[in-house]
Amino acid sequence: MLVLEDIHKVYGKGKDKKVEALKGINLRVEKGEIFGVVGYSGAGKSTLIRCVNLLERPTSGKVLVNGIDLVRLPPAKLRQERKKIGMIFQQFNLLQSKTIFQNVAMPLVLEHRPKEEIKAKVAELLSFVGLEERMHHYPDQLSGGQKQRVGIARALATDPDILLCDEATSALDPNTTEAVLALLRKVRDELGITILMITHEMNVIRDICDKVAVLDGGKIVEQGPVIDLFTEPKTQIARSFVKTVLNDSIPPSVQKLIDESSKDNPHGIYRILFKGASTNMPLLSNTAKQFSIDLNVLHGMITELQGIPFGNLLVELKGDPEEMKRAIQYINDHEAIIREVEKNGI
Amino acid sequence: MAFDWSWFWPQFFTAMGQTLYMVAVSLLISIIIGIPVGVILVITRENGIWENKWIFNILNVIINIFRSIPFIILVVAIIPFTRWVVGTAIGTTAAIVPLVLYTAFYIGRLIESSLLEVDKGTIELAQSMGATNWQIIWRFLLPEAKASMVLNLTIATIGLIGASAMAGAVGAGGIGDLAITYGYNQFQTGVMIVTVITLVIFTQLVQTLGNFLSKKIRRK
Repeated sequence: MLVLEDIHKVYGKGKDKKVEALKGINLRVEKGEIFGVVGYSGAGKSTLIRCVNLLERPTSGKVLVNGIDLVRLPPAKLRQERKKIGMIFQQFNLLQSKTIFQNVAMPLVLEHRPKEEIKAKVAELLSFVGLEERMHHYPDQLSGGQKQRVGIARALATDPDILLCDEATSALDPNTTEAVLALLRKVRDELGITILMITHEMNVIRDICDKVAVLDGGKIVEQGPVIDLFTEPKTQIARSFVKTVLNDSIPPSVQKLIDESSKDNPHGIYRILFKGASTNMPLLSNTAKQFSIDLNVLHGMITELQGIPFGNLLVELKGDPEEMKRAIQYINDHEAIIREVEKNGI
Repeated sequence: MAFDWSWFWPQFFTAMGQTLYMVAVSLLISIIIGIPVGVILVITRENGIWENKWIFNILNVIINIFRSIPFIILVVAIIPFTRWVVGTAIGTTAAIVPLVLYTAFYIGRLIESSLLEVDKGTIELAQSMGATNWQIIWRFLLPEAKASMVLNLTIATIGLIGASAMAGAVGAGGIGDLAITYGYNQFQTGVMIVTVITLVIFTQLVQTLGNFLSKKIRRK
């Protein structure tokens, strides 16, 4: 289990030069969880993940790994604890002068493990990531995806409890990204390793994270289960991230109707969000049957997020205002959220 | 005035031996001093793994001092020191002292630049694995910089060959001395040509060997 408590990180000295990269970060990653931190460049993601294994020392705050505060450990103890925290990098950081075998063996060589043990362990790790036949190649003979697999195998060599992923898929193409994400899921599922990842790619969060935190200006502005962030983003920045993978913007024709509306002439356009069980029931058709209103679907999509169905529809309601109110109430009572679309499209 | 070539060749081979001796011994000692100097420069600099402003600045100034003195002046300036180290200020062995001072700090600078070329991520990686500073230097920094270091050492060796020719000024002998004594002072153009060609071939050989080794290390 990994807990960050009130982490602050200030760079530079002197009044004018000080830059506060992290402003009181609180995070809690449960054992076996895949936790994603998403943010734009400059939000402090990179500093945040480096504060976990103290590649960057926090200016204040606690980093608790299985209950031990790393910040207070003497150097030798800290090095021991770091062996329980694997890390993979955006640029892979493979040693160019060494073979794949030697790269993966490195953490074990540093521990002076016996040769035979190293050989067996590296073979096991390379077969786990599917690269055993590449053992004697050099990094520059591998593709980006293969390099990251080597990075993962190496990070697992010391049987860590936690794996830190620093933009692990940002340098990869979409297909390779998918394969690497699948491997990371396997790392969690089969080895029970807790994963903390930072990324600016919302599809990564959507595809493998259980929980997500949105980092902006050195602060976590929103955090919770991924499905909640996607269905009900609370902050503008979270909404803009969600939009990058689930386009819920309003088409121009509908926007025109909204723009032309006024208080006396309401547009009657609503957004309905439903997830989980409610997608399985014919909610819209039931509503149309039970109330004497017209219900017209204008735009929308239904998708699945980590096995949970999720829909986001734009509908136009027409009819007697009282009847519409009752219909809206009915929808709200059935595990769906309905709200009138505002002029800014939210 | 005819030149007695039969008398020249034995001289020439003695001179070759002296040059090889000076260059080889100076190079070896310079590398032994220069590599640690380069490593210290890299680890003690700002944001280095063993940041130490004092050591870095002092070493930096010392290197700059030695790098800024022309070799021929250095030879003369450190005569007392040379005498103290090898017991004499004249001869081939005596020339090794200024050659080492001149080359070791140069190598220190070159090694520094080779080590600085190593990706910052490599050090982050090493630290994330829980490597000690010693392990970071031995297992990560030096091996990753090896190919570049070999090329830079080749540059230093060629510089050293040039300097060794000037060491003739303190009676060190060697090919350069031969060129000055016979070729220049006695207007023996033939000797001048032979010695210059020898130095050119020597330099070519060193550079070719350096390129080959570096390529082999890089495997590309």
